[in-house]
Amino acid sequence: MKFLGLLWGNLMRRKLRTLLTVLSIFVAFFLFGLLGTIKEAFAAGVTVSDADRLVVRHRVSLFMLLPINYATRMRQIDGVEAIASWTWFGGVYKDDMKNFFPNMPVDPDALFDVHPEYVFTDADKDAWRTTRTGAVVGETLADRFGWKIGDRVPLKSPIWPKPDDSAWEFDIVAIYKGKKPTTDTSSFFFRYDYFDETRPNEKGKVGWYMVRVSDPDRAGDVAAAIDAEFANSSAETKAEPEAAFQQGFVEQIGSIGTILMSILSAVFFTIILVAGNTMAQAVRERTQEIGVLKAIGFTDARVLALVIAESCSVAILGGAAGLLSAWIIGQFGSPVPELLPVFYLPPSYLAVGAALILALGVAAGILPAIAAMRLHVAVALRRHGA
Amino acid sequence: MTDSNASTNDAPIVSVRKVEKTFRRGGEEIRVLDALDLDVPKGEFLALMGPSGSGKTTLLNLIGGLDQPTGGSVVVAGEHIEDLSSRELADWRAENIGFVFQFYNLLPVLSAARNVELPLLLTSLSRAERKRHVAVALEAVGLSHRASHTPRTLSGGEQQRVGIARAIVTDPTLLLCDEPTGDLDRKSGDEILSLLQALNRDQGKTIIMVTHDPHASARAARTVHLEKGQLVSSVVAGAMA
Repeated sequence: MKFLGLLWGNLMRRKLRTLLTVLSIFVAFFLFGLLGTIKEAFAAGVTVSDADRLVVRHRVSLFMLLPINYATRMRQIDGVEAIASWTWFGGVYKDDMKNFFPNMPVDPDALFDVHPEYVFTDADKDAWRTTRTGAVVGETLADRFGWKIGDRVPLKSPIWPKPDDSAWEFDIVAIYKGKKPTTDTSSFFFRYDYFDETRPNEKGKVGWYMVRVSDPDRAGDVAAAIDAEFANSSAETKAEPEAAFQQGFVEQIGSIGTILMSILSAVFFTIILVAGNTMAQAVRERTQEIGVLKAIGFTDARVLALVIAESCSVAILGGAAGLLSAWIIGQFGSPVPELLPVFYLPPSYLAVGAALILALGVAAGILPAIAAMRLHVAVALRRHGA
Repeated sequence: MTDSNASTNDAPIVSVRKVEKTFRRGGEEIRVLDALDLDVPKGEFLALMGPSGSGKTTLLNLIGGLDQPTGGSVVVAGEHIEDLSSRELADWRAENIGFVFQFYNLLPVLSAARNVELPLLLTSLSRAERKRHVAVALEAVGLSHRASHTPRTLSGGEQQRVGIARAIVTDPTLLLCDEPTGDLDRKSGDEILSLLQALNRDQGKTIIMVTHDPHASARAARTVHLEKGQLVSSVVAGAMA
């Protein structure tokens, strides 16, 4: 602590240079935080997947439907605990594609059983069970459109038009929260029985099933058993763990993680060069002062530590500000909730960021610090003719 | 010649014996000090004179533990400093030596008080104690009123006073001054020399001062002359040896 004055004095020696270096590090860590947030947002489906859930879809394509009675047959398979059917509705609010959000008909009790990450009160559940046109919406989605319980929401679906081509109308009976920050709260669920009775075609069919298994270690066996059950039928299935299903979606977008990491690596490499050059310059122009410090009794190790501390201080000032800014942006929620409903900087990124800040500080300062440490005191003092 | 004028009954605080120092420049070996002997009694104010390249700054560096001799021994306050490691030398310097440089060598980013405080950062003194020591040192050089000023806002003479305050703040065994008036006008130089004399006379500080200036060396109690790495004469103030 007693060396803080000396440290601060050295940082303030060339204010503009220090400011520019801090700013460049700020940008690097802001990018790290922001790209990390985006990467996590893309991978959110994978990370929130439960190990004890399977997705069962049509073997040919996700867009082909499965019979509703498959649920009854799957319940007979050993290891299956609960089943919920999902169907992509594709409804658009106010007939404007900008208002897109995921909306699906489901069976309320099945949803409660298979997806405990959606948090409902008992009153919410009862209200939905007793309201045929009832819908439940996530709090992110409700905030987006300013919806509240009791509001009536019209949706038009190009996939499932009503017989009279009018909009489907739903009454919001509950707004659910997520159990974890990664839980998607941007979806809109309504009752399957209302949907199935009203649609003019494909009655008795669903998009896919979410199946909860009793033992995650046996999930593979259960998936195989499900596929075997419907083999050689008109609608063969493909059952797979939820994470693998979500990963498939992410991979369709491209290797987001690899792209983002490549960008970050380039940014960090550049920043190490920038910060390292700054430190080297700072030490070079202080040769004589380092000689004085050594003359009055500063050991080589202490001089090394001072230079590293200075380098780390610059990295901490810029890096912490950058990470904090990215974290704050995440707190405001997703700027594109229809595309990336989960949008926040996970604590693990903050921890990795903190480690990177220190690594950057040490990497940028180590060579100048060693040069300062090796400086011969008599030679350093001679630089100015002392 | 050897130094035979160390007129004191006490054991010398500095004892240099058969010291040699050689440097390599290109393929050539340059002998800067050649079997030099020197004794400095405690409490003496000694001036080292000689032409450029005579080895006086090198000798001062060896006595101050800034450099190691190629041969011979340097004993300061009973310690054979040629045997100390780099780390031990640093600790030893912090405890025993106060340096005053020709160009003051103050850290421009720190105030006068902070500059004076630097050597105390290496001690276990508390902040309040350090502050008190700094105040005493600045008072001793007559600069209490300039404590918060940075070097840039001080005159050359004032900067050198700060340099002297920094050198004495840890109450070192030995004060080593390398051309302390070399960058000052006559008036400021005289003030600095008077200050050094006062420290020697009133506080019993042992001072070794390198200088080119006969006017400055006249303030010392004894002057030794070096030429080509050897001690050629030793003159006590007011007498010839």
